[in-house]
Amino acid sequence: MTARIVVAGGSMGGLRAAEQLRAAGWTGAVTVVGDEPHMPYNRPPLSKEVLAGRAPFASLAFTPKAAAADVEWRLGTRVVSARLTERTVALDDGPPLSYDGLVVATGMHPRRLRCPGPLTGRHTVRTLTDAQGLRDELNRPDVRVVVVGAGFIGCEVAATAVGLGVREVTVVDPLPLPMVAPLGELLGRALLKRHQERGVRFALGTGVAGFEGEDRVTGVVLSDGTVLPADVVVESVGSAANVEWLEGNGLDLSDGVLTCGQLRVGGRPEVVAVGDVARFPNARYDGVPRRVEHWSIPTDTAKHAAKALVAHLTGTEAEFAPFAPLPTFWSDQHEFRLQSFGAPTLGLDDVRVLDGDEDGDVLVGYHTGGRLVGVVALGGQAAAMGAARYRAQLLKQPALTA
Amino acid sequence: MKVVVDMNKCQDHGQCAFAAPDVFSMDETGHLLYVSDPDDALRDEVEEAADVCPLQAIRIEA
Repeated sequence: MTARIVVAGGSMGGLRAAEQLRAAGWTGAVTVVGDEPHMPYNRPPLSKEVLAGRAPFASLAFTPKAAAADVEWRLGTRVVSARLTERTVALDDGPPLSYDGLVVATGMHPRRLRCPGPLTGRHTVRTLTDAQGLRDELNRPDVRVVVVGAGFIGCEVAATAVGLGVREVTVVDPLPLPMVAPLGELLGRALLKRHQERGVRFALGTGVAGFEGEDRVTGVVLSDGTVLPADVVVESVGSAANVEWLEGNGLDLSDGVLTCGQLRVGGRPEVVAVGDVARFPNARYDGVPRRVEHWSIPTDTAKHAAKALVAHLTGTEAEFAPFAPLPTFWSDQHEFRLQSFGAPTLGLDDVRVLDGDEDGDVLVGYHTGGRLVGVVALGGQAAAMGAARYRAQLLKQPALTA
Repeated sequence: MKVVVDMNKCQDHGQCAFAAPDVFSMDETGHLLYVSDPDDALRDEVEEAADVCPLQAIRIEA
């Protein structure tokens, strides 16, 4: 029988894993199991161009590499459980699949608010279907939108909604500034000002206690009892890992699936994890395992994990350098861009303006022990170019040890 | 090798210029410049550039 690698998860991480298994020399079968009905697509435009109606849904589809043309896609199918000792996974339709190698690429799902109230009119933004539904609602006349959660997705959606001409857009968050957890106070203040100048309202330092309305939401009740009238609610309150199917195998699933520095799971060389479900130590930093929800991570992890898995399965086990990606992310909001390189969250106690000022293009450096560990640019193209100039320096640095 | 960048999609992120600096670069105003017929020896780095493009705007044709 042909040896088989099963990839659990059919998003970007699953696609990149399948492609990289071929690139690493795997000639056996590859089966990708994905619960969405679509081939893998690019998610960042869902909160921006697609929501604004400037890009069609069809434009988001990834073009799989030719080397992955013989990969079997089981779409609209979910992996419901795994028996790692027996090397099988169970599916929600059809018989179980046995495997020689397993790639965990099941990603995340949006967290939902559990407070009381109607569900209709409340949206998340993770999938094509989500974005389509939200876009239809934003295009209704005179809608009032409340976005719960002032993180990247919440702020992108708020900016897009204002750009569409939505009459009233309010962002609610228990923290005092938008995006303050990943970026710190300096940029949080600058971002608050920019959003307010462009018509986004904020209710900060307050949580949500419930939703008003009978059949569908008509208002958002804040912790202090204030009610914000709302026709559409967007919940952007973070995400949780899709790991339930791995339970019962003795794995650490406390936040995603814990991996070693080679992205292997549970000490099993035939099981690896990729994408934002993987909680991995980054040898570039302090060795603390973390999940990373950046767009670049599925590709970075797939490259490393596929090599490690194929080396094991083909008996060509070599010593690999541990996984040590340089993190990078961006966010487009209104007409400005945030561009980050490195690990700003490791340097939030020592934040310095490296160039420009908060009211215009600004480049901010994040330091630990006096050493630069991350940069974030806010503004136009020139600011993003400024951040890129620090990338080589961040890449060259020796590892930070705990 | 033939490289095509969909300039309607490109938003000048510049990730391609890190991955394949012999093929992609940013001009002084931060806009993309690229070589459309790079040597086949550069295939690996061009594939890497196509992978890391946030807008998935880079196509490799033959």
